[in-house]
Amino acid sequence: MTPLALKTVIDVKDLSLVFQTNDGPVNALSNINLAVNSGEFVSFIGPSGCGKTTLLRVIADLEQPTSGAISVNSMTPSEARQKRAYGYVFQAAALYPWRTIGGNISLPLEVMGVPKAERTERIARNLELVNLSGFEKKFPWQLSGGMQQRASIARALSFDPDMLLMDEPFGALDEIVRDHLNEQLLKLWAKTQKTVIFVTHSIPEAVFLSTKIVVMSPRPGRIHEIIDCNLGTERTLDIRETPEFLEIAHRVREGLRHGHSYDGD
Amino acid sequence: MRISRSPLAIAAFLFAVPGLLISSGADVQATLAYTTPVMLFVAAAVALFTRASRYSLTVLLVLVHVVAFCLIDLLGDMHSTGPEPGYWCMVVSSWLLAWFTVQTLASLRPTAPDLQRLINLALPFIFGAWLLILWEIIVRGFGVPTILLPPPSMIGPRIDGSVPTLWADFQQTYLKAAIAGYAIGCGSGFLAAIIVDRVPFLRKGLLPIGNLMAALPVVGIAPIMVMWFGSNWESKAAVVVIMTFFPMLVNTVAGLAASGAMERDLMQTYGSSYGQTLLKLRLPAAMPFIFNALKINSTLALIGAIVAEFFGSPIVGMGFRISAEVGRMNVDMVWAEIFVAALAGSLSYGLITLIERAVTFWHPSYRT
Repeated sequence: MTPLALKTVIDVKDLSLVFQTNDGPVNALSNINLAVNSGEFVSFIGPSGCGKTTLLRVIADLEQPTSGAISVNSMTPSEARQKRAYGYVFQAAALYPWRTIGGNISLPLEVMGVPKAERTERIARNLELVNLSGFEKKFPWQLSGGMQQRASIARALSFDPDMLLMDEPFGALDEIVRDHLNEQLLKLWAKTQKTVIFVTHSIPEAVFLSTKIVVMSPRPGRIHEIIDCNLGTERTLDIRETPEFLEIAHRVREGLRHGHSYDGD
Repeated sequence: MRISRSPLAIAAFLFAVPGLLISSGADVQATLAYTTPVMLFVAAAVALFTRASRYSLTVLLVLVHVVAFCLIDLLGDMHSTGPEPGYWCMVVSSWLLAWFTVQTLASLRPTAPDLQRLINLALPFIFGAWLLILWEIIVRGFGVPTILLPPPSMIGPRIDGSVPTLWADFQQTYLKAAIAGYAIGCGSGFLAAIIVDRVPFLRKGLLPIGNLMAALPVVGIAPIMVMWFGSNWESKAAVVVIMTFFPMLVNTVAGLAASGAMERDLMQTYGSSYGQTLLKLRLPAAMPFIFNALKINSTLALIGAIVAEFFGSPIVGMGFRISAEVGRMNVDMVWAEIFVAALAGSLSYGLITLIERAVTFWHPSYRT
């Protein structure tokens, strides 16, 4: 562990976001307080409408908070975005169909003005990282959904950002592919030492991957509980049967249940 | 596949038999009067009694077109009474046979890709040939006045004999007016779309005006353009510019809005500039829309250039020729110009489609 590991990279204080809609204001986020340290793997979990994706988008400067303070790498989210502090992985792979897989991974590098020789080298390196070597010349629609999402992770990593923001990246995939990609993601995280923020609504996924689980609840979107999850860095899918794993999963489930009372609706 | 099952082949055979027995109305001195029904009968028998194979289809294809040629030739050897029922039986039979052959060819799934390509190319040709064959036979067989509809055999020599005139007209109307107008109209429509997209208030102001321009009738615009730009090709190009500007503008504006929110967010996470997002995301995503406009405009340009010449032009040009020759009852020349226009129109449309396929190969409708 490097000393950097304790550095706070994301600091959110009393943050709120209100969307003005035709049906009146919607409290998407209310009084969010959160600190994420460098090298952590943090999951946001909660039911639909709890604001987990919105919070991720605020960190990414894709949404503007209405009140409160947020800093990313000690900068405003906008500055951090301009400095390419993070790679963002969306719910869908969002690969451009007119570009090959290699071309898609090259896209952020082209935008950032990386010279051609280095682009070629980085495409090869990042494709290898997600086990897609040899697919460089294929077009996205020629690949399976899981392979497309791996390519989009390689694209997010290609410019070597400090952080990886992932918005339900495996939500559209079947469970077998999802388990496999979770395992690969953990290895990737261990190898690259990046800070990962991961939005999910799957309890096993959150417990399996995270060092910290942020349980959120809806109406208004807020943080209900933050659960530490120290299952060690060397995790295999087998740990899901261990008592420690099941205990944390139970706590997350309890937290979700308390935070999300249906009585009022 | 058993060839004898096809009702087309059965019907063709049934019509081929009376061809042998009843008088066709042709002069008995003509050898063709005997050989044509026999050949037709053989072809119908091949269609009815043999299995569809490469060889039987080749035989059929050759025979049925030889018969068609003989049938047309026979029209010159008729008694004064003209064709009789036996002749029309043979026409129907040969037409059914050709239909049957095309249908069987189209249903073939050859493993060799070259053969498949050859068949794909041949089908529209056979189709077009039969359009001409039936046109010729019906017009001459029923004695339709040539002023109403000249047979292809009259239009063909006219095209052949007037190549210099047709070429000069083509140059004037297509190569100068239509292409210049098309390039300027599409180009300015595209640039206007980029500007409209960049400056939001123009979307509200310019689009309705563009809409108004599209609604202007070409017959009203053309005389005004002749007054503004003179009677030569420049005024026709101006008409084409007006006709092609708006389709390109609307399609490009729609195309620039076609990229998804997620794709745009992605560019934003890279800190991409407006120009980078435009070049790397929004223009590629707009390409299917832009090609749509290019295709619509390719036909509009030719129509506009031809019609505009009706309102004043030098003594050359396809529209000028059509209006002048109609007045002189030279309908065959009008048809010759129509032929040139149809050929030029479909070739340019085809060319744009080819480019479109190369550029938007990634679109779900073209993916392989």
